[in-house]
Amino acid sequence: MYDVAVIGAGVVGGLVARTLTKYKLNVCILEAQNDVAMGATKANSAIVHGGFDAKEGSLKALLNVRGCKMMESVCKELGVSYKNNGSLVVGFNDEDRSVLNELLERGNKNGVERLQILEKDELKKLEPNLSENVTCALYAPTAGIVCPYTLAISAVGNAMDNGAELKCNFKVIGIDEIENGYKLSAENDAVEARYVINCAGVYSDEIAKMIGDDSFSVHPRRGEYILLDKECGDTVSCTIFRTPSKMGKGILVTPTVHGNLLLGPTAFDMEDKEDKDTTAEGFANILGNTHETVSGVALNKTITSFCGLRSVGSTGDFIINSPKKGFINTAGIESPGLTSAPAIAEYIADMLKDEGLEMEINPEFNPIRKSYHAFAEASQEEKNAIIKENPAYGKIVCRCEGVTEGEIVDAIRRNPQPHDLDGVKRRTRAQMGRCQGGFCGPYVTELLAKELNIPYESVTKFGGESIINIGKTKGGQA
Amino acid sequence: MRDLVIIGGGPAGMSAAIAAYESGIRDILILERDENLGGILQQCIHNGFGLHKFGEELTGPEYAWKYEAKVKELGIECKLNTMVLDVSEDKVITATNTEDGLFQIEAKSVILAMGCRERSKGALNIAGSRPAGIYSAGTAQKFVNMKGYLPGKNVVILGSGDIGLIMARRMTLEGAKVHAVCELMPYSGGLARNIEQCLNDFGIPLKLSHTIVKIHGKDRVEGVTIAKVDENRRPIKESEEYIACDTILFSVGLIPENELSKAAKVDLSNITSGAVVDQDRQTSVEGVFSCGNVLHVHDLVDYVSDEAEIAGKAAAEYIKGNQGESVLIPITTDGKIRYTVPQRITKSKDVAVYFRVSNIYKNVTVTVSDGNNVIFSKKRVKVAPGEMESVTLKKEIFENAKELHFALEEM
Amino acid sequence: MERKLTCIICPLGCDLTVQVEDKKVLDVQGHTCPRGKKYAESECTNPQRTITSTVKCNDGSLVSVKTDKPIPKEKMIECMEAINNAVATLPVSIGDVIIEDVFGSNIVATQNKK
Repeated sequence: MYDVAVIGAGVVGGLVARTLTKYKLNVCILEAQNDVAMGATKANSAIVHGGFDAKEGSLKALLNVRGCKMMESVCKELGVSYKNNGSLVVGFNDEDRSVLNELLERGNKNGVERLQILEKDELKKLEPNLSENVTCALYAPTAGIVCPYTLAISAVGNAMDNGAELKCNFKVIGIDEIENGYKLSAENDAVEARYVINCAGVYSDEIAKMIGDDSFSVHPRRGEYILLDKECGDTVSCTIFRTPSKMGKGILVTPTVHGNLLLGPTAFDMEDKEDKDTTAEGFANILGNTHETVSGVALNKTITSFCGLRSVGSTGDFIINSPKKGFINTAGIESPGLTSAPAIAEYIADMLKDEGLEMEINPEFNPIRKSYHAFAEASQEEKNAIIKENPAYGKIVCRCEGVTEGEIVDAIRRNPQPHDLDGVKRRTRAQMGRCQGGFCGPYVTELLAKELNIPYESVTKFGGESIINIGKTKGGQA
Repeated sequence: MRDLVIIGGGPAGMSAAIAAYESGIRDILILERDENLGGILQQCIHNGFGLHKFGEELTGPEYAWKYEAKVKELGIECKLNTMVLDVSEDKVITATNTEDGLFQIEAKSVILAMGCRERSKGALNIAGSRPAGIYSAGTAQKFVNMKGYLPGKNVVILGSGDIGLIMARRMTLEGAKVHAVCELMPYSGGLARNIEQCLNDFGIPLKLSHTIVKIHGKDRVEGVTIAKVDENRRPIKESEEYIACDTILFSVGLIPENELSKAAKVDLSNITSGAVVDQDRQTSVEGVFSCGNVLHVHDLVDYVSDEAEIAGKAAAEYIKGNQGESVLIPITTDGKIRYTVPQRITKSKDVAVYFRVSNIYKNVTVTVSDGNNVIFSKKRVKVAPGEMESVTLKKEIFENAKELHFALEEM
Repeated sequence: MERKLTCIICPLGCDLTVQVEDKKVLDVQGHTCPRGKKYAESECTNPQRTITSTVKCNDGSLVSVKTDKPIPKEKMIECMEAINNAVATLPVSIGDVIIEDVFGSNIVATQNKK
């Protein structure tokens, strides 16, 4: 029996599990998909918010401000890319200006530091490509950007390195209360745990219902994005938001930690929790909005588009509670969920303490994890030393992102092990550049097949039926 | 310090190396990222190469071998499996491979011959899901021709570029069913012979003025919605049609791979996405030359070889200290002619100028003017964007010109 | 009867107009070389195609191949069956015959492989 089972290996579940391995606890992470970070974690704006949006006194406000302060050090420990680039909420008119003033006031109450309203001339110096129509902006110098999926992957990996167990393709379909805990069942497997943390994203309401808690619901809100080539990464230096409306923070324009430019998201409330389709209307909305805030965005440098589903809770705030002894919900973790995730993890640990879980410090806990990009960030001398030891680091596989065979093989061998092409992509960035895997896809397929010891044609894009090749030519035999 | 370093061992790089050798340069190094010379020709196992250069129809590997054999015979040094990471303005090349690790080479002259890559599906903002089963035509070509795997059984292809057409036939011969080739434009970007022998031979419909508006399928592609487009290339809702398929191939254009040219501070053209060059294929950076598909996308490899010979010879002259002329005549175009290569020429040599047109035009005259004077004209029954055109100009007719203007006049 | 063809002999792709009666070619227009005329005549009487593909090697890899002369167009799929069932023994050089006499043509290697 595990001490704690965490349902869902997104950024929240991952960081919760990692935080729990700081204690002498037997932790298990249950993930429905073929890999970790497969829900909202892999498709969001990747922003570390200052914390002025959420209503004073709300969980969102509390955990956002705290998370924003924690993010840099958590990323440093876990070897995750983070950049404190600051954010601007831009306004076009007096109406916007009064909203910005409200945000400023709210931010100050929430404890966000160094917020200020900037005027047009100052803005032009800070962001020369802002549209001429922008008249003022709320500047949050504490805001930043982060790589959300490597944060989740590295958190899970670090948790595993510190003793946690990960079960992928474990979709919880039933929960039974047993003596001293719960039994969580998947189709062909089951685990027992004394405590359960529900971090199941858009499915967290359904998990809660399995123990009879129907006090809240979660619905998906579609967010579409367009990603541009690294050539465009310096179009803006800060994250540029529009003045918010009730559907969210609007279409933003932001550099990513990897140097691309990201546009989006749209906001469309959905019922289907699996429908991650992009839409023509969504693209039109993104493009129109982008032109209004930033000029000179080179849309012909688009390299991909994608859609994520944020989980919007029925209460308006994060839903973090314990409906039954030993069972904790973390639901409705929409924006600023990514920013808040490290703080949510601490919050959950405190809740578990209050619930009576004995939490003795694990003296062997190692918070440090090597970055997936450690080789890329090394000096030329260091690189040559590494290549001498392992020549695979001298071989570039992904030409666009400059990823070597050594890095890919290392990523496949580390915790949590990727089982598919997208898993390698999120960890190493191979296939994530301007040719989108056109050149390196076949070779990454080969490396995966070899490392996982599976046939070439069994390699998938993201598990399930997502096979890359349906079979061999020439009648099959080789 | 090396005399000449050539980046890329495809048809352009090999041809440039041989030409430089034959012009007297012995210290030549080819850096090739793949495990073989030949570049993309290795996976182009279809025939149709070499008619101009060799008077026979060769397959891609056979065409490549003609040059590879010569490179080997001349003893030109090649480093395979070697990826160039950077070229500086002062011609210091940084590269990596498994044997030498990260290393730098300084060169007197550099020839950029990195080729091109395919435009990916991601660039198109197509609505729908992102399942497995979506490949660029070249990736599918690699799976089928080099690895022996079949990406899928029921295929729809977007884009009628030559690789797309060739793959329609290859997939069919290997047992797949190609349901349609959709082309956004009202004309095909591929060669007429390929439409005939790759589509018509197998009854594969070519749907002109059509595009894919939505991709369906959760894990693997399950189908596409296609639609006819209006004259502004906007999909017409009423014309939408669903085609069930498990694979989508994209053949939607080639992009010269000029990341290294940019690193070397070479001026690039917005139209070709390649370097701006003179008649020697010298770029804006002295001693740095560019040729082949990295300079502009060619329709035939034979012309790549021709162009690379020019660059190879010129690099040899540069290394020997014979500088080209500094006074150059710029060439401008009227838009119907999209671009020319070279974009500027010397007064003292006859020159062949290559160009592409922006649309299909019938019964046209290509004119070259110096101010108001038409100094050259040539009639063409039909010109198309998919095919490269050229004119050869004698130096006598332009030696006093300040600028040459290329235009297309419809009759 | 008049037939419109696109010549496939070279990348020029000339538009050909052919007058045919009872499988006999009376006239060809639109070609720019003698090979185009020959193609039109053959296409209207006995259409032929060159096949390019790959053959498995005894080490599991592939070698690219072609028919060394065109074969009857309607035999393309049968020709592929022969190609799919063949195994080439390495080493192979360009021009080596991999399969003899498939509809009058040999299947030859177009690649060198050790």
